[in-house]
Amino acid sequence: MTKRTLFDKIWDAHVVTAVPNGPTQLYIDRHYCHEVTSPQAFDGLRKRGLKVFRPEKTTLSPDHNIPTLLQDQPIKDLISKHQVDTLTRNANEFGLTMYGLGHSKNGIIHVIGPENGLTLPGMTIVCGDSHTSTHGAFGSIAFGIGTSEVEMVLASQCILQPRPKTMRITFNGKLKSGVTAKDLALYMISQLTTGGATGYFVEYAGEAIRALSMEERMTVCNLSIEMGARGGMIAPDETTYYYIKRREFAPKDEAWDKALAYWKTLPTDEGAVFDRAIAFDASAIEPMITYGTNPGMGISIHSSIPTLDEIDPAGRISFEKAMTYMGFTPGEKIEGKSIDYVFLGSCTNGRIEDFRVFASFVKGKKKAEHVIAWLVPGSWAVEKQIRAEGLDKILEEAGFALRQPGCSACLAMNDDKVPAGKYAVSTSNRNFEGRQGPGARTLLAGPLVAAAAAITGKITDPKNI
Amino acid sequence: MEKFQTLTSTCVPLPIENVDTDQIIPARFLKATTREGFGANLFADWRYDKSGQPISNFVLNNSTYSGQALVAGKNFGSGSSREHAAWALAGYGFKVVVSSFFADIFKGNALNNGVLPVVVSDVFLLELFAAIQVDPTTTITVNLEQQTISNNASGVVETFEINPYKKECLLHGLDDIDYLLSKKDAIEAWEKAH
Ligand code: SF4
Repeated sequence: MTKRTLFDKIWDAHVVTAVPNGPTQLYIDRHYCHEVTSPQAFDGLRKRGLKVFRPEKTTLSPDHNIPTLLQDQPIKDLISKHQVDTLTRNANEFGLTMYGLGHSKNGIIHVIGPENGLTLPGMTIVCGDSHTSTHGAFGSIAFGIGTSEVEMVLASQCILQPRPKTMRITFNGKLKSGVTAKDLALYMISQLTTGGATGYFVEYAGEAIRALSMEERMTVCNLSIEMGARGGMIAPDETTYYYIKRREFAPKDEAWDKALAYWKTLPTDEGAVFDRAIAFDASAIEPMITYGTNPGMGISIHSSIPTLDEIDPAGRISFEKAMTYMGFTPGEKIEGKSIDYVFLGSCTNGRIEDFRVFASFVKGKKKAEHVIAWLVPGSWAVEKQIRAEGLDKILEEAGFALRQPGCSACLAMNDDKVPAGKYAVSTSNRNFEGRQGPGARTLLAGPLVAAAAAITGKITDPKNI
Repeated sequence: MEKFQTLTSTCVPLPIENVDTDQIIPARFLKATTREGFGANLFADWRYDKSGQPISNFVLNNSTYSGQALVAGKNFGSGSSREHAAWALAGYGFKVVVSSFFADIFKGNALNNGVLPVVVSDVFLLELFAAIQVDPTTTITVNLEQQTISNNASGVVETFEINPYKKECLLHGLDDIDYLLSKKDAIEAWEKAH
């Protein structure tokens, strides 16, 4: 029998038809939807007089364009309010499940899907959002789509996709203590660049990946898109099954046994061939931070920003533009730079483990006075857990306050904008120009580096405190 | 969707690499619930200053350059999956984007909105940038049927790749939903079997 990869097995099982000389028609098991990339898709259905083909397979949650304070009150920005109300209206009109503002299941769509057992191994999962790759952590094919494609999924539960190439990225060895999954991912993106995996679907493998918790695996898969990959995935194992088993919508009893037996057939066969395979030594990874305006511009916290000579000639205009934007000089050290804001949150690092890491670091310390910190849980379930574990008290004593769940400063559609020229250490996923507000200067890092920066007010190696 | 066959046009050069969709259309403009009006905010933060005044050295504000073809540096359209980026480019009047590399999701979104992403070699791209710099009235001709792009200043012609199905869609102005809706039986059969 031909040896197949995890990706091949799931893909092949979901092919409905193949367009001659064209893309594959793929069946979609789970569709997530938020307020920003869906209104035009629902409009499209109305114009064509169509219903949602399989309403039970779509789940909605407003997350991008909502405030993170006073969510019980009407949204002040009327255009945002209209967009969020439009999602509610569409949910009602088309008979879809929505976890709206104030609902105990509301939160960032990529946080609540796994949390509730909606994301399962072997599934095909899409959402009008590039970080849908997060769900690949469970051993599913999960990827972001555009609004026209959202309309296709709503209308037919299918999508047309060219089959991507496959890539395996292996992390041998163990991560050093104090190095997080975020550091691993930022390291990988810095090595591969933002376009380095374009056209590929990535499977992460190796000892360091196996050792990660589900939440850490989500962080890694989440960032797949930042090196251009169509998605990232990790074969399911005991860690996966243990995580899923207690979740509300996960299969139960006999259905569980049946599902589990199937999931166990999914991991890549020994000897299966990938279009490309690369390996990294996980033990060589240091805490990482980005210095520029794309996620590939990352360095170890002890390193210096590259000099112009180290940059490929074709990329120099972009590099110099990034340096000007960030207010940095090529060749200078990043450690010790003063920062103004810290953002803990997003679908990359807004889950309970991230808050545990952050809280355990700041415990008994005090936030640097000049630093403004936004601590934004990824969902209400995360928020509840923070309180149940008493982390809110620890954070409070250290001078931090929690905000309400949402995407928040990850894309700054709401009021959580970093002012022009200010530096923010952010646990989110994009440091593009203006991503956190016009003129905002973003330094991407893991929750531990973010915690250290919040305490010292500077870019600091957490180990040195 | 509008049909696309051939286009001869002057070019708007943007020789920057890794232009992400947050630059093409910043997030704060994504609050609209229709597809219209995004062209006005295309490249908003590079195009306008804080007070909303045009930044004179940005290419869209420079009347020397115009046309329906945007020529951009490598890895155009990375980052967010927002289709608003394709709507903004189409809304502004671009029919073609030329680059040596495109991000996957952007490429799909562009094709679904009648904007043709044309992948050219690094050499072709560099020569085109140089030609536009020397003479801003330099034109390119994109022929979808033949899958060719020519730099009309130098006469150099390159062929480009496009999925045959997507090519048919563009040539005839069809979209994927029409195809999918015609496959309802196959979808139901798949569901029964699983
Ligand atoms: S947290 Fe950020 S990256 Fe994640 S879905 Fe929200 S806006 Fe997108």
